[in-house]
Amino acid sequence: MGQASPPPHPSMPVAPDQEALPATLRRNAPLVPTDSAASRALAAVIAILTFLAALCAGAAEIVASSADQWQGSVAQEVTIQVRPSAGRDIDADVARADALAKATPGIATTRIFSKAEAERLLEPWLGSGLDLSDLPVPRLVTLKLADSPAPDLKGLRSALSEAMPGVASLDDHALWLQRLSTMANTFVGVGIAIVTLVLIATGLAVVFATRGAMAGNREVVEVLHFVGANDDFIARAFQRRFFRLGLRGGVIGSCLALAVFALAGLLARLWRSGPAGDEIEALFGAFHIGWRGYAAVLLIGVIASVVTGIVSRLTVRRFLR
Amino acid sequence: MTGDSLLSGVEEPVVQFENVGMRYGLGPEVLSDVSFQIAPRSFQFLTGPSGAGKTTLLRLILLSVRPTRGLVTVFGEEVSDISNEALTGLRRRMGIVFQDFRLLDHLTTYENVALPLRVQGRSETNYRAEVVELLRWVGLGERMHVLPPLLSGGEKQRAAIARALIARPDLLLADEPTGNVDPGLGRRLLRLFIELNRLGTSVLIATHDFALMDLVDAPRLVLGQGRLQIER
Repeated sequence: MGQASPPPHPSMPVAPDQEALPATLRRNAPLVPTDSAASRALAAVIAILTFLAALCAGAAEIVASSADQWQGSVAQEVTIQVRPSAGRDIDADVARADALAKATPGIATTRIFSKAEAERLLEPWLGSGLDLSDLPVPRLVTLKLADSPAPDLKGLRSALSEAMPGVASLDDHALWLQRLSTMANTFVGVGIAIVTLVLIATGLAVVFATRGAMAGNREVVEVLHFVGANDDFIARAFQRRFFRLGLRGGVIGSCLALAVFALAGLLARLWRSGPAGDEIEALFGAFHIGWRGYAAVLLIGVIASVVTGIVSRLTVRRFLR
Repeated sequence: MTGDSLLSGVEEPVVQFENVGMRYGLGPEVLSDVSFQIAPRSFQFLTGPSGAGKTTLLRLILLSVRPTRGLVTVFGEEVSDISNEALTGLRRRMGIVFQDFRLLDHLTTYENVALPLRVQGRSETNYRAEVVELLRWVGLGERMHVLPPLLSGGEKQRAAIARALIARPDLLLADEPTGNVDPGLGRRLLRLFIELNRLGTSVLIATHDFALMDLVDAPRLVLGQGRLQIER
């Protein structure tokens, strides 16, 4: 110990002698001790919750995009139904409906289902080998819609009911489409609700963990106060620590979810070549979540870490008050 | 020695107690009717038997407890309803050496000593040279990378003192700063405080080591049964 030299003071310039510092000297360790069992447990909880939320978001995204695909292909087609009626020549009615449709702008092609084809459509319900000639089987004309010009379905519908009232009607699948989109929206809504719940659960877990950490580090907080740290500084120290934990948990959870989706996509591709493939494809479309899904999964990871940081800061501020 | 604890001229006292009484909860008064001042650049001891209220008096100055009655004024500011921001400002002008050191066990000696500068938001490169120089000066140059649990009692004490000095406080409070060291080191630490006092810091040392107090001609604030007497 220097006996005679006075202590360093502002009036005395201090020589920077950085080379004398050992390279291994730790100089800026986090002020709140980081590596404890509780921290690891919290990171694991955040990882699991993020994983579940990401799975949920991905599933909702698959449903939404599959529904879009179905709607797209279904909405490309409309059907004219011509019912047989006493005293009318149904073939003439069908031909007339076809002509009306062809005259409507925006209809790309038309296809008349013959009587035999119409009867075959009933086979699943009535069985084969029946003589249906006495039954008044309705006949169908399917119309493929063109992308442009926009099809004038309203005009076609009124033309049909004007020309053949009570006989010909136009079915644009609106009811079915509406049901489908309601179902898809419900799925997406449920998905968003679950993601929100999971994020709230994450926030609550962080509140408890922060309070535990504050109680466990009471000594540290007290010393920081005595050496002149204000509440904001202390809150930032805790926030930094918890944001890091949240980021670690969020990244692990999101990566696991992405891995699961990648794996599921791979398996779906393998299965599609098998006998069950058609059903799977019909249900899920092509099983991949698209860039929107990946973005949602990553976003959930980021949101989980941000929520962790903000919640811990608020909790510390309240605790210090 | 600038040993006058009364006001000299028009300078405002660093600490002023007026009829301060203090009790914890519903217990008896630990301090009653305590009045004194600590003048700028003064040096004084605080003494008295164990349990006489020395630590309570230091905690009142530190603003970690509030008086049950009477007025405490620190750096000219009456503290009964001081804001958190102002409290932080006042504490940054004080250096404290705790009886039990209160070093943070997860930080190196270097980081512990640098703490008061770090919490002021200064960057590590900015204060590095100062911290290293002070550590060398208190004889911890070779121990700066060591965690406190591995330091000896005397080394912890010096680290605690270095932490109290690093931000060049206007007021240094020390609670039994020589309690854990041999008499030789105790004298060297005392010289360190005197040196700091010469450079303009008011110093208040709580101790019941009469041998140590006899080394310096300085006023003694003597606490006994909750009352304070000033011996010159």
